[in-house]
Amino acid sequence: MKIIVCIKQTPDTSEMKFDAESKTIIRDGVENIVNPFDLYAVEEALRIKQERPDTVITAITMGPPSAENVLREVMSMGVDDAILITDKAFAASDTLATSYTLATAIKKMGDYDLLMFGKQAIDGDTAQVGPGVAEFLNIPQITFIRKIVEITDTNITAQRAIEDGYEIIETTLPCVLTCIKELNEPRLPSLRGKMKAKKAEIPSWNAEFIGADTEQIGFKGSPTFVKKAFTPSIDKQNMVFSDEDPEKNIDMLIDALKSKKII
Amino acid sequence: MTELNEYKGVMIYGEHAHGKIEPVTFELIAKGRQLAKTLGVETIAVVIGNNIDEMANELIYRGADRVIKASFDKLDHFISTSYSNIMAGIIEKYKPEIILAGSTTTGRALFPRVAVKVRTGLTADCTELEIDEKDRKLLQTRPAAGGTIMATIVCPNTRPQMATVRHKVFKEAERDENRKGTIEIFEVNSGMIDAVTVFKQFVKDETQTINLTEADIIVSGGRGLKCPEHFKLIEELANVMGGAVGASRPVIDEGWLPYSHQVGQTGKTVSAKIYVAIGISGAIQHLAGMKSSDTIIAINKDPNAPIFQVADYCIVGDLFQIVPMLTKKLKKI
Repeated sequence: MKIIVCIKQTPDTSEMKFDAESKTIIRDGVENIVNPFDLYAVEEALRIKQERPDTVITAITMGPPSAENVLREVMSMGVDDAILITDKAFAASDTLATSYTLATAIKKMGDYDLLMFGKQAIDGDTAQVGPGVAEFLNIPQITFIRKIVEITDTNITAQRAIEDGYEIIETTLPCVLTCIKELNEPRLPSLRGKMKAKKAEIPSWNAEFIGADTEQIGFKGSPTFVKKAFTPSIDKQNMVFSDEDPEKNIDMLIDALKSKKII
Repeated sequence: MTELNEYKGVMIYGEHAHGKIEPVTFELIAKGRQLAKTLGVETIAVVIGNNIDEMANELIYRGADRVIKASFDKLDHFISTSYSNIMAGIIEKYKPEIILAGSTTTGRALFPRVAVKVRTGLTADCTELEIDEKDRKLLQTRPAAGGTIMATIVCPNTRPQMATVRHKVFKEAERDENRKGTIEIFEVNSGMIDAVTVFKQFVKDETQTINLTEADIIVSGGRGLKCPEHFKLIEELANVMGGAVGASRPVIDEGWLPYSHQVGQTGKTVSAKIYVAIGISGAIQHLAGMKSSDTIIAINKDPNAPIFQVADYCIVGDLFQIVPMLTKKLKKI
């Protein structure tokens, strides 16, 4: 079985903190990491490989040259090889242009059975690239998977998490899967894996090499763009009840809620 | 290429589950009507499925001027491929300038595929929508990076301008059975149906007596509860308030509650009328998932906990004293 895992280098948003005094977000010193949701995709691919030892797992990412680091990181977990898709021409890609670029690179890679993604990236939070790639490649998808029920040589059955439970969906390979946290617990890199990843050759593919249409990549290929970005105001006019007597606090809260007709 | 001004009307995707239109659709109709009024165009709802006549009527009662109905016997369940084929066909035929859908598991599975088919922009999980009166463009504002940034996105040169929209940000359109509108049929053929993807079964999450994303009242607990047994305090308060039980990430990671209860960036995004955060310090990821709630009540012993910055009512103190007492007093109301 051939599995391609699509990963993204993201800033570690959990390291971002509120500065209570200036009411702004502190981004200094925030490191770049493998998008946490992508680790569930990597882990699940590794588990499939344990069941089917002939499996080859390739990780790909589209990003700046520094994104090579996240490819090495997932290789240290056990991913077999990796490809970096990088070109200045990809800059300012929205989800449509990103989906096109990844799909074009994947076509260049040849045959595959599973394309795995995290459910969304923690910086963009869109969840649009996985299904977008599936559509460009004209293959089916199962989004938000919480469990793989069965994989055969031709089919996959998985549980797809929805708002009030889950659905069991079966489809044919190749297909796209997007993974949620409930799926598994990602392993840590092994020492041997780290050594191997350090030495690995990671090819870099540019727009010309993958044969991308210049009209469909980067800023030109992106129908949407950010007109304005701002830090949300988190300064609320709030009421604080901090009397030493807890009962007093509760009574004040209930009175306040009643007077505002909230209860 | 079709000229941009040939695209007219605000289209709402009528999401449904278990035979009923989902409330997020009614919220989008209300917002869509507002945008349509500014633009001087119609509000058009779409419903795709099998046995959907009543749902089509319901969309009229809620304010759609027109409903496009696409029914077929193989559409009993949502399959993203089949639905996106049909949705792309509807766009080609009716050429709406704007399409709004819920940023639900359905909307987020379906519309990225539709965007690729029709080669247009899609903005995810919007919390504000307005028309730029200068050029009639849709200004789509959304949180990113776990809510640390807000971005306003535009889609200037392609149509339709498509957005998925967060549930419970806008008020539902009111129901009026006397409202009139037209229902048109969009012909579905078997070529639009994905023959390889099969829906096999739906399994309801039995630990959720009230669906978190639908809940008007949510009582959530965090690490401050110290052990799973103490979660009873949260459940009791939720019971008295008629609310659902939520939790912050550490509680889920410790296995005290199933993942379906997690509120935050890696869990569910909620927008409750009343959100009570108990023993939750308020990491950015948690705040991203609940801060659009109308009224936030936080109980925490640390007066500097970040949760207090987004809360409307803050009680500083020991939750083990406060919560049982609060439950008892609310029971008497």
